[in-house]
Amino acid sequence: MHVLREEFDVVAMDFTTAGEASATIKRLLKKLGVNSSVVRRLSIACYEAEINLVIHSMGGKLILTVGAQDVTLTSEDVGPGIPDIDLAMSEGYSTASEDVRMMGFGAGMGLANMARNADGFSIESKVGVGTRIEMVFRLTDAQKTEGAV
Amino acid sequence: MNILSLSEKIEASILTKEADTSREVSSGYTCDLLSWVMAHGREGMAWITVQTHMNVIAVATLHDMACVIIPEGIKVENDVVEKADEEGICILASPLTAYEISGRMHDQGIGAM
Repeated sequence: MHVLREEFDVVAMDFTTAGEASATIKRLLKKLGVNSSVVRRLSIACYEAEINLVIHSMGGKLILTVGAQDVTLTSEDVGPGIPDIDLAMSEGYSTASEDVRMMGFGAGMGLANMARNADGFSIESKVGVGTRIEMVFRLTDAQKTEGAV
Repeated sequence: MNILSLSEKIEASILTKEADTSREVSSGYTCDLLSWVMAHGREGMAWITVQTHMNVIAVATLHDMACVIIPEGIKVENDVVEKADEEGICILASPLTAYEISGRMHDQGIGAM
């Protein structure tokens, strides 16, 4: 049963609005009374996904689905895709441009940080088509320590 | 220590007008890589960075940080300060270097995480 489903469009290379979707999702979950540890972990993972859409995709969306037992956050984009997912998942690896790095992005921590904060993480990507990431956060068990590997 | 007392210790002016300066600072962090800060930020943290664009406020907000400290008198654009006020995040601007600010904060008993 879905309590709520919301979609947020994310525009490629628009750094002025980057983070807005994550902030809105955070407020929404707080309003729903979701456990604060879950809200924090989800907000962090969501921001990483949002920034990835801004930096690497040609545009995409974040889909939030709140269920009775868990919250699912899906990131879908039209973009170049990821040729080697294992390499992209390793901390420190980044394909971000020099301009983006100057802003403090592109540390190569994004995907790993998403996986670390979510209770469930799956990624599929097709080169030249796009990438889809699904993250699940359990509402019933908030035991996962924030930032723990 | 709260934000107002901290601002005095690091010779900082408070750029935001509405954000609560009585909030306690629980820890300090110095880093300019935003995704690194996303991975290591904490609630109540005072974050020192030379980055001054809008996404600094997004990162600070998502972590419920206490304040962002901009070192070496770097100018912060008005729209960024307004956004910080909207989100309730204080921005402090200090003429000191990030190194000096970190040292003074540590001397005042504000530790790492």
